[in-house]
Amino acid sequence: MKPSFSRRALGALLILIALVCVSGCQHEPQPAWRLTDVSGHLPDLDFRLTDDNGKAVTGADFKGKVTLMYFGYTHCPDVCPLTLTQLHVVLDRLGPPADNVRILFVSVDPKRDTPAIMHAYVNAFDKRAVGLVGSDADVEALAKRYRSAFTREPDRGDGAYDVSHSSAIYFFDAQGKARLLATPSASQDDMVHDLHLLTSLGAQP
Amino acid sequence: MIFRSLVAAMLLFTGAVHAADAPTVKASDGWLRVLPGNLPAGGYVSFENVSDRTVSIVGASSADYADAMVHRSSTDGGMGRMEMVDSVPLPPKGKLAFSPGGYHVMLMGAKHPVKAGDKIVVTFALSDGEKLPVTFLARPANATGPTD
Repeated sequence: MKPSFSRRALGALLILIALVCVSGCQHEPQPAWRLTDVSGHLPDLDFRLTDDNGKAVTGADFKGKVTLMYFGYTHCPDVCPLTLTQLHVVLDRLGPPADNVRILFVSVDPKRDTPAIMHAYVNAFDKRAVGLVGSDADVEALAKRYRSAFTREPDRGDGAYDVSHSSAIYFFDAQGKARLLATPSASQDDMVHDLHLLTSLGAQP
Repeated sequence: MIFRSLVAAMLLFTGAVHAADAPTVKASDGWLRVLPGNLPAGGYVSFENVSDRTVSIVGASSADYADAMVHRSSTDGGMGRMEMVDSVPLPPKGKLAFSPGGYHVMLMGAKHPVKAGDKIVVTFALSDGEKLPVTFLARPANATGPTD
């Protein structure tokens, strides 16, 4: 009698586990990403920087928002504006879910990029963009954390210089988990598609 | 004799008119991206070499900016970088566009505030000694091209 009872209990438990798993899988289906899936391969969103309003911010301040992190600098007249413009067009195409998305533009040129310059710069592209600045060490640590790289090029003679930098765009979900990686040449359709999925993950029904 | 000189003069004259009317390179759809403050702006334009020999763009200048340089961006190997370009060859009867993420003219040190809607003349120096003035329409920072 006793073993049969425990066998039935075990059976019920297994069914329960199976049910939990099924419902769990329904809650979190494996999305059909079009961009490069980096889930589990890059660390969570975490930094201590200063935003374009001069306020100290951390990665945790962006919990609840899908974030798109991009390293660049304001004296970059071509590739950075191209990328920020592309993200602006993508967010406009995304529509209302874009309210839950923030572009994090991290300066790799702390010497020239003040919060005020960053504020004017990011807002010229998109109101959902946040400019982030920090010390050389802070920015270097953040870039290293995401295996990003940047190099200050030699002075052109008049104090002007360029900064070569990784062109990747890092996508984090609303919990701050690294999910996707895109290059500036990624198609806008793919970015819009994946942002629809990313903004609906864990969204309340 | 008089007739022949006249014909020669006429030929020379038409030749001169022809040269003035038909430049070797045509430019269209010039626009530049206005960035806040006095940040450098990228300028974009489409060139068409209508001659049957290669003509190169060897320089740029604008009365409205302290400095203008021809640059090329690349994102090879995942790194975004810029390089100065001394000469951009336009193949015979060929077209080449300066466009975001590739060739562009970098305009630095605006001598007066430039705002969206303004028209700026950038003069390109060509390898055949010609000067090619091109009108660039100033566009907002997040513009995607010369028109919406």
